[in-house]
Amino acid sequence: MNAFWIILTGALVATSCGLLGTFLILRKMAMVGDAISHAVLPGIVIAYLLSESRDVLPMLIGAAALGVLTTFMIEFLYQKARLQIDASIGITFTWLFAMGIILISLYAGQVDLDQDCVLYGEIAYVPLDLWITESGRSMGPRPVWILGGVLLLILLLIIVGYRGLKITTFNPEYAAAVGISTVFWHYLLMSAVSVTTVVAFESVGAILVVAFLIVPPATAYLLTEKLQQMLLLTVGLGLLTAVSGYYLAVWIDGSVAGAMAVTSGVFLLLAVLFSPSTGVLTQRFRSRYPLRVTETGK
Amino acid sequence: MKTAIETHNLTVAYNRRPVLWDIDFQVPEGQLIGVLGPNGSGKTTLLKSVMGLVQPSSGYVRLFGQSLDEVRSRISYVPQRESVDWNFPISVREVALMGRYRKDKLLGRLSREDHRLADEALEKVGMLPFADRQIAQLSGGQQQRVFVARALAQQADLYLMDEPFAGVDAASEEAILTLLQDMKQAGKTVLIVHHDLHTAHQFFDWMVLLNTRLIKCGPTPAVFTTEYLRQAYGGQLTILSQVADLVKARDFPVRERSFKDQPK
Ligand SMILES: Nc1ncnc2c1ncn2[C@@H]1O[C@H](COP(=O)(O)OP(=O)(O)OP(=O)(O)O)[C@@H](O)[C@H]1O
Ligand SMILES: [Mg+2]
Repeated sequence: MNAFWIILTGALVATSCGLLGTFLILRKMAMVGDAISHAVLPGIVIAYLLSESRDVLPMLIGAAALGVLTTFMIEFLYQKARLQIDASIGITFTWLFAMGIILISLYAGQVDLDQDCVLYGEIAYVPLDLWITESGRSMGPRPVWILGGVLLLILLLIIVGYRGLKITTFNPEYAAAVGISTVFWHYLLMSAVSVTTVVAFESVGAILVVAFLIVPPATAYLLTEKLQQMLLLTVGLGLLTAVSGYYLAVWIDGSVAGAMAVTSGVFLLLAVLFSPSTGVLTQRFRSRYPLRVTETGK
Repeated sequence: MKTAIETHNLTVAYNRRPVLWDIDFQVPEGQLIGVLGPNGSGKTTLLKSVMGLVQPSSGYVRLFGQSLDEVRSRISYVPQRESVDWNFPISVREVALMGRYRKDKLLGRLSREDHRLADEALEKVGMLPFADRQIAQLSGGQQQRVFVARALAQQADLYLMDEPFAGVDAASEEAILTLLQDMKQAGKTVLIVHHDLHTAHQFFDWMVLLNTRLIKCGPTPAVFTTEYLRQAYGGQLTILSQVADLVKARDFPVRERSFKDQPK
């Protein structure tokens, strides 16, 4: 049963992160997830100081608020201060993370915060965190329920907002000319990324979240030429990664999150080598055969 | 003639450096209008300020006598090709379909009619055989034609095109121009940023000559003169001698010739 819950958790995170990550990659903002994973620290400390408890909810709220603030800061530095996008991301998250460290050192006496246990969860412990109802019935692990809820919201966003996300990602200038608000869609996507990353860290740890945000979409990008297929393939790859990563961890008796992240990298490597259009080996193989001239279009 | 676009004291600055200065002009409906000027003279910026993509420091724009928001659905914009990532996973047909996206029906489904109009637009620019290809697998000129198709699918009354002929071969340019002529006959207005002086005076009924300031706006014969072109392009000798030739050439009945006989 534990295996089932761990794989299900991995699959839920993979799907949510993969769907959002597809759009992040196409917007050349893949590292935003990594930035948020660091930048939420001050939010967690402040939530802890204000609520004076180690309850998860206030911390999630604090973290999510900082996640959104992170995307605002990045956007400000990029659009208004005219820095490059990667520089804007780097500046924002190091600065916010450092603020978090200062806060912790200032309130060292009161803050009994161990980042590892508060924020950066461990997927192997998911089955232990059970949701027990008032009547004492066990509903299964709590993170599975929360992550499932998040996934539903994201599916709703992607399905209903598909065209808005697509056009503002592909050609924001044209979208604006048609009267579609690029700012609205940007922040809608970024809020979804903030909430998802924060919720997912709490149960599976940062590395796995960042890996799922970037690696399966990047793999799918190499394999397809259509956005819809890229989204579906990303989900498929995420599920495959969750299952095979888990069994790799069992086999080597190592970290589950680590094994899943490594597996996603292996799939990426396979795509790099064998992608039908851009694969390194595919091209070498093809070049052995002489080319034939085909009729070009008008 | 009714007025399609009018700007009043339009001034646009990037980082406090003016790129357009006190631009005041009107262009009529139902014409092919060329916007000409050297690199960096503010042609793209002019189109962007008409589309509300950059905020003017002063002045304003009226389209069909109304504000942009009131007539947005009647206006179609073809940005410069560099404005998108051509490796994006999207097919030619999907790009053309974007011409059917509307602010208020972004969430609903596209109708069969939308699909038909998109395909029809691709057909018109000769890109229908490529409809299912990813846009990365097109040549630069073909990509440009897809952009034109997207604008056509929009079924607008006023088209603003930023260098739609950049990298397009002579045959396709001719085909698109014939198309634009047809649209003009149907009462549409087409405003094009164009670079080639040799062809410009044959294509356009009306011209807007820019160099940060408005040099001259009016019917082609009134604008396309050595004097105004010198003001726009500066005193470079090579250009000027070419222009003198062109102006001379214009006195012959060039405009009667069909596009096929055009010297290229
Ligand atoms: N985003 C920007 N920020 C700062 N300056 C800009 C920006 N865009 C354009 N400029 C400057 O404004 C001036 C006009 O640019 P614009 O793109 O309108 O010229 P253009 O006439 O379209 O030129 P081209 O023929 O090369 O397309 C140029 O000097 C350019 O350097
Ligand atoms: Mg330009």
